[in-house]
Amino acid sequence: MLKEKRSGRSVRHVLAGVLLIVPVVAYLWVPSYAKASPRVAGFPFFYWWQLLWLVITVVLMGAAYFLVRNER
Amino acid sequence: MRSPELGIFAFFVLFVTVLGFLAARWRGGGELQTLDEWGLGGRRFGTAVTWFLLGGDLYTAYTFIAVPAAVFASGALGFWSIPYGAIAYPLLFVIGPRLWSVSQRHGYVTAADFVRGRFGSRLLGLAVAVTGILAIMPYIALQLVGMQSVLTVMGLSGTGFARDLPLLIAFALLAAYTYSSGLRAPALIAFVKDTLIYLVVLVAIFVLPAKLGGWEHIFGAAQSALAKPNPATGKPSGTLITGAASNWAYGTLALGSSLAIFIYPHAFTGIVSASRGETVRRNSVLIPAYSLILGLLALLGYLARADHSTASAVAQAKNPQLAVPLLFEHLLPHWFAGIAFAAIGVGALVPAAIMSIAAANLFTRNIYRAYLRPTAPDREETKVAKIVSLLVKAGALVFVLGFSQSLSINLQLLGGIWVVQTVPAIVLGVLTRWFHRWALLAGWAVGMVYGTLTAYHSSSPTQAHFASPTAPLPFSGPTVYIALTAFVLNMLVTVALTLVLKALRASTGSDETSPADYGRNAVQRQSGRSGDTT
Repeated sequence: MLKEKRSGRSVRHVLAGVLLIVPVVAYLWVPSYAKASPRVAGFPFFYWWQLLWLVITVVLMGAAYFLVRNER
Repeated sequence: MRSPELGIFAFFVLFVTVLGFLAARWRGGGELQTLDEWGLGGRRFGTAVTWFLLGGDLYTAYTFIAVPAAVFASGALGFWSIPYGAIAYPLLFVIGPRLWSVSQRHGYVTAADFVRGRFGSRLLGLAVAVTGILAIMPYIALQLVGMQSVLTVMGLSGTGFARDLPLLIAFALLAAYTYSSGLRAPALIAFVKDTLIYLVVLVAIFVLPAKLGGWEHIFGAAQSALAKPNPATGKPSGTLITGAASNWAYGTLALGSSLAIFIYPHAFTGIVSASRGETVRRNSVLIPAYSLILGLLALLGYLARADHSTASAVAQAKNPQLAVPLLFEHLLPHWFAGIAFAAIGVGALVPAAIMSIAAANLFTRNIYRAYLRPTAPDREETKVAKIVSLLVKAGALVFVLGFSQSLSINLQLLGGIWVVQTVPAIVLGVLTRWFHRWALLAGWAVGMVYGTLTAYHSSSPTQAHFASPTAPLPFSGPTVYIALTAFVLNMLVTVALTLVLKALRASTGSDETSPADYGRNAVQRQSGRSGDTT
């Protein structure tokens, strides 16, 4: 019983870790977004992609927060 | 001189001065006789206050001037501060609550306190403290530079004493209320600062592009302006998109800086003044909202490129730092430009206050108490910190008024490199005690020396030294952020020497912290006091 709870906890921890690493990888992989097209609303890809990822980062980190918070 | 702008600017500076003094009584300040009360606001700030405090800390007036200036001057490369934030916060998510918890448990006020306790080494604590103080001094000076650029655009550019007077007044007021209210003052003023900044950036980003023919046109104009050869170097000044050569610089600038973002003394102060570890973690999730604002603000650099009158005025002044103030001056109604300038002015006061408090805490705890007067009672400790906070600000003023701006900028560049060298002791120190204290000290020294020399020798056709935060990797390789190269060297030395010292069974010193001090459960037991009111 306790063991089961423990393993559920570590799965959530690993999952939260992955959620936190995703934005880091997305931003450090610079060549993946160092381009002008496709443009959105006049913005070159380079700019709207990085601004969009800020929003995605908040969502991913928010999810990680709830994953580790509910474990008590 | 523009009187409506100046009037609004003066109004806000006076308004936050009143707030600053009133802050002493905010949240049961009482007498402010301990460093916990004066220097950390009683460790009682909830999620919202911490959000404003950390935001006010990390996104400074200088940031608001320098980031668009970098985008104006060099294009895509100047945008690196956007990924920088996004990479830093996951790290804060993991480390922040642990650092908070152990600091709460042992009454640590500074990062150097933690390092001393963790590794049982007063000397390593001193190294961290000195690094922090050295790194933060030019940063405070740059807040003044940010304020100065706004004052210049408002027409306060007389000569000699008359030119410096407004800055002196603003800083004297700041020094007075920081002295009396401690960290509560910037925490309260940060609300005003952020409200103003958000208002200005959102209005600017929705109103101005239409005036300049829309985003498509703005990016086009910026691209052709950046492609023109710079008269000084004969090369294009930048590109709209990073290329194969600059991708490395872009990524490493973001990564290297993100390692240090929250161990800068002022950010550490923001973390440990929170009421709970949970508050810190919540903030790591919520703070990227600032990065979004910063991203929009960075794009104002391109608006300044696209607006002919602004671009030529900046070129004439030979100072890209005036890009945003001049853009506001040219394209916004005077009264609104006044609000924008007030936002930048107040945006300089908040971090300058927190930084001077952080420097004062470091000096008092890790130099004065650790070496000079180990038996100093709390009351004396607080008194010393208050006086040091005044000295630090006076020093920054002398810096800005007495030397050229570029000195502060160069030193801040160095400061960024230096702070990263304390990452192994602080950030990794939270996670593991495997490293040996002497190895950490040696690694730190190697990183400091390499980073300083490499930055010093970085030259360009226009600048003999400190031309760029990036340099080619030793031997051959891509151009990367110097701090990161220095950090890798630092780590190599630290790991190698740790292995050697362990083989030699050198004394590892005692660790006054225990694993439970870093954990969630320890936090819950500790945070019984009711402080988190937001």
